Amino acid sequence: MTSAQIEIQLIASVVAVACAIPGTFLVLRKMALISDAISHSILPGLVIGFFITHDLSSPLLIILAALSGLVTVILVEFIQKTGLVKEDTAIGLVFPALFSIGIILIAKNANDVHLDVDAVLLGELAFAPFDRLLVDGIDFGPKSLWIIGSILTITVVLLMAFFKELKVSTFDAGLATALGFSPAVLHYGLMSVASVTTVGAFDAVGAILVVALMIAPAATAYLLTNDLKKMLFLSIGFGVLSAISGYWLAHWLDASISGSMTTVLGVLFLLVYLFAPNRGLLSVLYRNKQQRLEVSLLTFLLHLNNHSEVEERHINHLNEHINWQKVRSKSVVDLALKNNMITIDDSIISLTEKGTSFTNKAIDYIITNDDTGIESMKEDFFLFRG
Amino acid sequence: MELQEYFRLVFTDYTLRTITLGTAILGAICGMLGSFAVLRKQSLLGDAISHAALPGIAIAFLITGTKETNVLLLGALISGLIGAFWIRGITRNTHLKSDTALGLILSLFFGFGMLLLTFIQKQPNANQSGLDKFLFGQAATLLARDVWFMAIVTGVCLIILILFWKEFKLLLFDADYTKTLGFNTKFIDILITSFIVLAIVLGLQTVGVVLMSAMLLAPAAAARQWTNSLSVMVILAAIFGALAGVVGTGISASQDNLSTGPVIVLVAAVFVVVSFIFSPSRGLLFRQIRFIQNRKDLQLHKTLAFMYDIAKTHEDKSHPHAIKILNNFHGFTRKSLQKLESKNYIELDGQMWSMTQNGYHFAANLYNQQLSTNND
Repeated sequence: MTSAQIEIQLIASVVAVACAIPGTFLVLRKMALISDAISHSILPGLVIGFFITHDLSSPLLIILAALSGLVTVILVEFIQKTGLVKEDTAIGLVFPALFSIGIILIAKNANDVHLDVDAVLLGELAFAPFDRLLVDGIDFGPKSLWIIGSILTITVVLLMAFFKELKVSTFDAGLATALGFSPAVLHYGLMSVASVTTVGAFDAVGAILVVALMIAPAATAYLLTNDLKKMLFLSIGFGVLSAISGYWLAHWLDASISGSMTTVLGVLFLLVYLFAPNRGLLSVLYRNKQQRLEVSLLTFLLHLNNHSEVEERHINHLNEHINWQKVRSKSVVDLALKNNMITIDDSIISLTEKGTSFTNKAIDYIITNDDTGIESMKEDFFLFRG
Repeated sequence: MELQEYFRLVFTDYTLRTITLGTAILGAICGMLGSFAVLRKQSLLGDAISHAALPGIAIAFLITGTKETNVLLLGALISGLIGAFWIRGITRNTHLKSDTALGLILSLFFGFGMLLLTFIQKQPNANQSGLDKFLFGQAATLLARDVWFMAIVTGVCLIILILFWKEFKLLLFDADYTKTLGFNTKFIDILITSFIVLAIVLGLQTVGVVLMSAMLLAPAAAARQWTNSLSVMVILAAIFGALAGVVGTGISASQDNLSTGPVIVLVAAVFVVVSFIFSPSRGLLFRQIRFIQNRKDLQLHKTLAFMYDIAKTHEDKSHPHAIKILNNFHGFTRKSLQKLESKNYIELDGQMWSMTQNGYHFAANLYNQQLSTNND
């Protein structure tokens, strides 16, 4: 590995961490799309800043861009407060308009602006190490690493200082207000951090990857845990993992680094979406199937409990009377047999003692909805786990 | 090129006519379907899907190697549909909310698409230039064939819309009721989502991935302000969309260095702002005017109520009183007294005022809504 390669991976990882922290809170507060809006609407701020300074990495540029991100947030909230349209429509109206203004500004001044819309949207991480920070001729490393590093430091300090407040206001805004934390200050604080992070990161990785780095790791982590701290660490982990493996994927394919980082994030999300232990698609589908089977089992047991006559309890009667298909009746009967709920005696099904008491308990539960009696049943069945 | 010259050229110049027609049709279909997206609270679905279409374009190019627009758009359609249904899947099967699902699909698909595009660019045999046009759109590349295609799709869309109008409307406003009536809500839902995706894909070539969502949203959001009826809203949105397309094309053609997509979006944004401010029933301006009006009425009633309190202590209700005694009381001015007089509630005589029979009756029932509405 050359030092440039190490630097690229370092920058990408720092960007990933800096994005994951505000991203987690955005996802939890159902404001994920604000990051998309900000990432697009910083364009006019950037262009105007560039007209003034003619330097792509001047601090004024970053401040102006972050300001236009905040303007987006304020505009969205203003439109939303008028009650004329819903919040999502407000977002969808504001940022394309601001982005269009940015594009037109660039196009009208194409001759003296060396600002490429593609570069803003996509970034070029591969060139980041060549823009060095030189003080008195001494090389202090890549400029973007310093910029995003200081943003990350500020974010971490703010996170440590206001963790409790953020946590309370994210999960219970009413309680937070009652406790005396101003929701507006926290909201705009978070928005400012998101805005500054977006601006700081766009230079290195481009606007779209910022959105991906904010939302995807947090969403992936949210599928795995309910604990805020764990979620933060997991999303940071996913971000860094995608940064490093994304770099090598891009290296191997000779393609855009930010594109391949996003792709890795996508693959990670897909895997977790499918296979997450409790919230994954497969386990959700499995649980649904299991619950359906157990409801059938309960119906079946109740039926047996209600009928003492032999012909109602004949095994072939299942298909006729309860109108289940063969496969389903077979799996229900198998499940009941496995749990020693029933005995089959010459094709006549009868409840065992265990089955009778189970059925009675279930009836009690259904009638009273009092769940102390069914604690022991929870072991065997999904249904009663609520 | 001057604007007048442009309007003359629209009818004579082939390219300009094609582009203008194309953007007008696009605006109309986007406005039509956008109304449904806005009312279904899926405004940002358009943004997500237009980004999600990008990998489809790249894969279609990788597989076929052609730059045939229709083939690329077919790829875009497929990957847009995958994106749209994955969003549904995420919100339905996990506890992630729709904003997260939209943001995820948007950024992940777009990033993957960029990966593919840069991968294609580095291929030795690539004649890939032209794929970029889908990012920001180039209305100038519209051919008469594309416009015909758009017109046909719009026609089909219109027929479906008319055929399923009742179902769409029901689903829009009361999904549960629709279900209990026995309609296949899933099918209707999929049908409308597919058409929204189709409209988005059609627009990619003209306004591009990034700005497509505004094409879908802005005309509908503007139309929403003028009416409460769905059919009127859909028609209005189509007209707004078409107008934005025509005017935007006109402005961008009459100036140098102005790409069509952003100009159309800005024109549509102007429509939205105008509608927000000037719409008679919902607009901010008239709302403010009504607000001030109500406040004035309230002040007037307050003065009247104060006068009533004084007048009712006298035998003769129209006993004159000095205006001076109103002085320590807020909410009365010379003007408001004149207004009360013009309404025939009081009579002014020099420095004195007296209540009329009419005014006394009105003031007595001021806070009795039923009576006062009867009297109106």
